[in-house]
Amino acid sequence: MTSTTTSSHLGALLMAPVNALMRVVDIPLRGLQKSTGIGGMAAFFLAPNMLIFGIFVLLPLFINIVYSTTGGTAFFLSERSFVGTEQYQRLFTCTNYLDPMSCQEDAFWTAVGNTFWFVVLQVALMILVSLVTALILNRDLIGRSFWRAVFFFPVLLSPVVVGLIWKWILQRQGLLNFILYEIGNVTPYTWLTDRNWTFIATIGVSIWAHMGLYTLILLAGLQAIPKDLYEAAEMDGTKPARVFWRITLPLLAPNLLVVVVLALIKAVQIFDEVYVLTGGGPGTSTLYLTQYIYETGFASALRNPGLAAAASILMGLVLVVLTLMQLGLGRKNENKGKR
Amino acid sequence: MGAAARFILRRKGGKGWHWTDIVTWVWLIGGLIIMFGPAMWLAFSSFKTPAALNEFPPSILPYVTSQATVQGYDKPLQLFEAKMPDGTTKVLAEVRRIGLVAQMVDPTTPGEIIKVNMNDRTPVRSVSFATENYTEPFTQFDFLRYLWNSVFVTVVATLITLIVNSMAAFALSKYEFTGRNLAMFVILATLMVPLSVIMVPLYSIISTLGMFNSLWGVILPTVATPTGVFILRQYMLTIPDELIDAARMDKASEWQIYWRIVLPLTAPALAVLAIFSVVWRWNDFLWPLIVLSRRELYTLQVGLSIYSGELNVQWHFILAMTVVTMIPVVLVFIFLQRFITTGIAGTGLK
Amino acid sequence: MQMKSILAGAALALMSTTAAFAGDVRIMWYSDGVEGDVMKDLVGRFMKENPGINVILDNVAYSVIKEQLPVQLEAGNGPDIARVTAIKDLSKHWLDLRPLVKDAKYWDENYGAQADWMRPDGSNQISGFMTQITLTGGFANKTLFEQAGVPLPGPKATWEEWAAASKKVADSQKIFAMAIDRSGHRLTAPLLSYGANYVGKDGKPAPLDKGAKDFMTKFVGWVADGSFSKDVWVSAAGSTYRAAADDFINGQLAFYYSGSWQVANLATKIGNNFDWVATGSPCGPAACTGMPGGAALVAVKYTKNPKEVAAVMDWFAQEKIVKEFSERTLFLPGNKSVVDKGGLDFKTNNAQAKAALTKYVEATKSTSETALKLPGWRWSDTVYAAIVTRVGQTLAGEMKIEDAFARIDADIAQKVKDAGQ
Repeated sequence: MTSTTTSSHLGALLMAPVNALMRVVDIPLRGLQKSTGIGGMAAFFLAPNMLIFGIFVLLPLFINIVYSTTGGTAFFLSERSFVGTEQYQRLFTCTNYLDPMSCQEDAFWTAVGNTFWFVVLQVALMILVSLVTALILNRDLIGRSFWRAVFFFPVLLSPVVVGLIWKWILQRQGLLNFILYEIGNVTPYTWLTDRNWTFIATIGVSIWAHMGLYTLILLAGLQAIPKDLYEAAEMDGTKPARVFWRITLPLLAPNLLVVVVLALIKAVQIFDEVYVLTGGGPGTSTLYLTQYIYETGFASALRNPGLAAAASILMGLVLVVLTLMQLGLGRKNENKGKR
Repeated sequence: MGAAARFILRRKGGKGWHWTDIVTWVWLIGGLIIMFGPAMWLAFSSFKTPAALNEFPPSILPYVTSQATVQGYDKPLQLFEAKMPDGTTKVLAEVRRIGLVAQMVDPTTPGEIIKVNMNDRTPVRSVSFATENYTEPFTQFDFLRYLWNSVFVTVVATLITLIVNSMAAFALSKYEFTGRNLAMFVILATLMVPLSVIMVPLYSIISTLGMFNSLWGVILPTVATPTGVFILRQYMLTIPDELIDAARMDKASEWQIYWRIVLPLTAPALAVLAIFSVVWRWNDFLWPLIVLSRRELYTLQVGLSIYSGELNVQWHFILAMTVVTMIPVVLVFIFLQRFITTGIAGTGLK
Repeated sequence: MQMKSILAGAALALMSTTAAFAGDVRIMWYSDGVEGDVMKDLVGRFMKENPGINVILDNVAYSVIKEQLPVQLEAGNGPDIARVTAIKDLSKHWLDLRPLVKDAKYWDENYGAQADWMRPDGSNQISGFMTQITLTGGFANKTLFEQAGVPLPGPKATWEEWAAASKKVADSQKIFAMAIDRSGHRLTAPLLSYGANYVGKDGKPAPLDKGAKDFMTKFVGWVADGSFSKDVWVSAAGSTYRAAADDFINGQLAFYYSGSWQVANLATKIGNNFDWVATGSPCGPAACTGMPGGAALVAVKYTKNPKEVAAVMDWFAQEKIVKEFSERTLFLPGNKSVVDKGGLDFKTNNAQAKAALTKYVEATKSTSETALKLPGWRWSDTVYAAIVTRVGQTLAGEMKIEDAFARIDADIAQKVKDAGQ
């Protein structure tokens, strides 16, 4: 425990000037508190975050709404002309709403469909894998902290690196083909140009990259379940499967909810890994919404920032609905938490 | 050995092998390979020459063809193992190749030229690390400058994030005021908005504010993270209000309550946010690439992208520099591993 | 202590963003290979000879040039000089160097042929010069052809002949037959050889004509029967560029259609593994043309130091500098005297690379009229992007080729309409 005392010692030394600064800051703030009252202080505490947030998140969102009503290829609003709802009409021009290929903006609807299936499958599998891993890590293991670290490690990598790592494995001259070739003399296969495999690959890779975080959250929930519940169940001779369904799962529900929400957010936003790994191909089979928006707004020679803005607003609406659902569930949970 | 094996394989109850024990170990060992293997493969690949990177079947370790200096030839010649007509194999040096036939010499008796069909010869190879993948970028790549920029962005953005988010979280968890729910709603609603969705307008805002080609243009848009406010607020809700009321009785100012009472009690959640912020900002790529187009402002992630040309990508440099940018993250992880994992498990993410 | 150093660092960072001294010239440059190093060396020499001018070379990813530079320019920002490929599209942002350079006649004589690629229509502006001229063309793996006992098709061979011969080689050697980069620019070469013309009477894009449709239909058919590899074409969505060079380098391709810029790349990566030759462009019913292209060094009109910029441009456009640059980077030069005088001593000890470069230098003299016009046509990139996107989808099995034709026309028409708004 000597290390902690030295580090706290060092901490105190480092904190001394900061504390002094805080004391100086306190003087004008007391004055502020006197003149505005406690309510004013609340505003003061909230202001910096909301100011930055307003300028760099909210304002762009509002500008996007304006953007989506303008046409042309210019980037700056002053040079764009008002076209009303034309961009939205363009997105919604379809002869058959069940077939993306019949729409004028077929790529958009393909991306919507791909994103939907990706989110559903990825979140479901993610939870399954994380839960199994958490259950295993919750056992009486040797070196648990080591194993925990093993599964957490990829969370720290940047999405671009994650994409690069897996590209280097799945491409034709990659590690996977090498292993298959060594084991079974299988001829090299181009995994990344097969539409089924690339879809599976994007799901697998994103699970690989993020499961560590969710495993830890679930593990925390598992460890918070009182041991005596299990002991009582064992005394009653309850079957393990029953114990799992009747004790473990219900008590894990709050953590599961957090995991579902976080995994949903991440899944909807998927971009960099896939962009590096498959570029949205083959064809448009792994083209997801964020990539569609990025390419339409920025990257393609056919770019149209107004159309990208309209697509992003539609996507934003869906996200807000998802978030509202989370809010509702979260509130229920909060009430439960208050004894 | 026996004791060590027993120690490693110790399992639940110790009553003999249950099927769950087998599943557990298969899962763990499989996890170890799948989680670490890919990164190791990347690291090994970064030491290969451009030609070796393209090769199939690939090798785990980087190999190059061995060379030998042969009497009578100025340049070192490549060595091959050649199948001779009588069925034996011999190590020969290749002088030149014309079409399908290679002219080779025996390094021990350099006078005589032996003709070998090119399909009957395989290169003699030895392990060699292409360290020039690392050293070359370092000469043209202003590594220390990029490192400094990355560190600057990461540290400043994290500090601002911690201060600004914790203040907001404090206000949202410990004060009753009109608009609180609205503010909370707005923050939560934007939890899911990805950067690419607001990129074009954000770009014009940065450009209007003159933060284009400035590290502040990278830092500021990222600091007011909704996730941070969310995590910290959830944690602060668990701090009893009585503590704050007691402090008010003692004539503590609101600022002192925030600084002296709430922040220290929120330390575990702050630590988690700090770690996430460091990882996020260190790994940021797309946004810095858009804002920074001057050499002296590049962060490491932007710096390594200069090897992506129009027609060719210089993968050997990109892989090597990727490994370099991963090192700090891995170091942080090794030293703070226990702290990070227990911290996340124990805090506001519940 | 920590706080102090952070504050000091902040101050430093702030300063470095605002410090733009008089006489500074910033060049935004991207690299496919060694040209960044060569350029850095040349910039060093320039500064020694011109002590008053401080040139800063900003190496960037190509995506920055393609995606961010246009926005910077629109905002009136940007570097002083840039190496750009979308030179026509952005031509309204380039500086007219005519009144600023030492000898405008030298520029007209040596760079006049491509001047129109980088200036607004109808002006006589001097915007810059080509750092490299590229020409699309084929490469054949001579060793594989020999091993299969198939003779290499001759110089006037058609696309059909190449496809048939490559298919034979592929079947006997268990490899892929042909591949072409995932790029509209690359695919345009055979399209033109089949008689396609993108440009309508009004200068705007015309709907796809018979020549274009003919080759695309053939191409899709060849992919279906295995004469063409589809790998790179389905390896991305949208108009993303992908090169098929890796398969050729691995000896997995009999014939690879790319361009002159690949020579240096192939030379280093193939080394001694097999023999390869540049074949020029196969023929179609209408022509045997490749597509010219390249990157230009252009001056940006928002510069604060136009005089210094002109001095830099003058220096780099000199005959001897262009010659040295081309020799060291293995690029085809864009300077007329350098081309006419010939005798470029490309700095490589790879004989195959030298032979290939010589072949390309020759081929630049015999490119078709239509092909020469396209780089200077405003809508080229639009047409390329639409073709790549839709043909890629067709090859991935997402649509029929007839639908792809309709989509290509619709995409282009939409873009023309958008740009008019």
